[in-house]
Amino acid sequence: MSTPIIETRNLHKWYSGVHALKGVSLKIEKGQALGLVGDNGAGKSTLINILSGLHRQDEGQILLEGQEVDIRNPKDSMRLGIETIYQYNSMVPLMTISRNVFIGREPLKWSIGGFGVLDEKKMREESVKAIADVDLHLRSPDALVGELSGGQRQGVAIARAMHFKSKVMILDEPTNHLSVKETAKVIGFVKGLKEQGVTSVFISHNMHHVFACCDRIVAMALGQVVLDKPVSQTSIEEVSEKL
Amino acid sequence: MKRLFKLALQKPELASTLLLVLLVLMFQIRSGAVFLSIDNVRGVLGLLPETALVAVGVTLLMICGEFDLSVGSVFALMPMTMAVLVVAGVPFWLAVFLGLALCAAIGFINGWITIKFDIPSFITTLGMMFMARSMTVVVSGGFPPRIKPGSVPSWIFTGFVDGGGLIRASVLWFLAIAVLVSLLLAKTNFGNWVRATGGFLPAAAAMGIPSGKVKIACFMICSVLAGFAGMIESLRLNSFLPSLGEGMELQAVAAAVIGGTSLSGGIGSIIGGLIGATLIRVIDNGMVMSQIDSNWFKFAIGALTIFAVVGNAWLRRRGRAMQVETDK
Repeated sequence: MSTPIIETRNLHKWYSGVHALKGVSLKIEKGQALGLVGDNGAGKSTLINILSGLHRQDEGQILLEGQEVDIRNPKDSMRLGIETIYQYNSMVPLMTISRNVFIGREPLKWSIGGFGVLDEKKMREESVKAIADVDLHLRSPDALVGELSGGQRQGVAIARAMHFKSKVMILDEPTNHLSVKETAKVIGFVKGLKEQGVTSVFISHNMHHVFACCDRIVAMALGQVVLDKPVSQTSIEEVSEKL
Repeated sequence: MKRLFKLALQKPELASTLLLVLLVLMFQIRSGAVFLSIDNVRGVLGLLPETALVAVGVTLLMICGEFDLSVGSVFALMPMTMAVLVVAGVPFWLAVFLGLALCAAIGFINGWITIKFDIPSFITTLGMMFMARSMTVVVSGGFPPRIKPGSVPSWIFTGFVDGGGLIRASVLWFLAIAVLVSLLLAKTNFGNWVRATGGFLPAAAAMGIPSGKVKIACFMICSVLAGFAGMIESLRLNSFLPSLGEGMELQAVAAAVIGGTSLSGGIGSIIGGLIGATLIRVIDNGMVMSQIDSNWFKFAIGALTIFAVVGNAWLRRRGRAMQVETDK
């Protein structure tokens, strides 16, 4: 077996007395589409927030391609090639698509000490390309994200993650609040990731969505992993029982 | 065409620009063409940069999602500190620098407390409003300092720059600063972070934007501009009064809101804040010129603020309702 792209060893997290994560060890292989399921409060989001740099583990290690890494903030996580897409899709509705694609990572014409003038032409061109690459067709990069449908927004979020060459894409409940048609679109995006060799972690409490696009299922309950099987060797019924 | 109309609707400063043009026309007619006379325009232009500079800072801060009630007090504290220092023998430019540094420090404290203790900036800056006002009286020792006219180079800030005696240097200062802050907001990565922080904080945080620092920076810019504006007013009047700028904080917020800036952050423009400030000055002066009882001034500003917010919200809803097809 090759080195896992991400490995967690014995991760623990307490939230003011609540033991939210109780020693989670997980190996995620390169190119895998992993579905992470569990009820509310099972620890899915805690695990994801640690990997994406919003929280820090109290105990345990994270290894990226065999190297131990220290993820202190979202920037660290992104720098390591981990991109996270949240259900609220981390976009600012009143800003344009091209500005949203480059939030926090704006290309600059020139800069002094990290501050500088935006290269708006490049932002426009590259966001159009990034969006086209995930097979989403939007007319203008100057449209406001708030004007897009929920599925289109997730598409832009995925395009953004792809543009920044993510190695691992974490999708945290990306299909929440979406219509059936929009959900199908997002599941299509996730399937597309596999073809491009991107490892993905898909979190949902809708088992059908997870089974539709993942090749391995990990179920969590009460802060622990309770099931870990290839999708072909398990069923929605078996997973539901474990939760 | 539809798209153009929609864009125009979504430009928050559009409505107030229209209103400004209408009001200027109305005052011009009602005052018997005195309103746009050289003498009167000179008067308006003398006062305008002072209100407008405060409005620029407050607008920027509001776009970032925060609020500053202490600008009126800082408006008085900066010139008072500077004058006391000058009287004590400190060179003029050093005194100006120290005064502005004090403003920056106040902005930093406003921001740091708001972020660190996660409390509404309304409260932090309400406290600072009282504290800075009190400090103004304390540093003056109860007796306003007197600076001999001509002993400091105040012409750099308030002297007339044209032969006709119409435009003061303060107008140029204000224009340069307004353009600079507008560019900062529209063309730089910092501006992008300000809008993202005010527009949707969780997204900004998740994308690794240092929103706390961005907010603190905006607090500091806001305070420094308020202090700078206060200095210009004091130098123009050549008097340093502890009561300077009382009520300024709410006028500045009104200017920003009239210009289309949202109280909840993320929406607004510097040009909108400027138009709002101009509207306030035009109403103030136009009412006098048209011989309307000037006690109605505050009533007019209040009504306009409410009207502007309601109108802008309505416009924005209409704009959004006209969904532009984004799919091919």
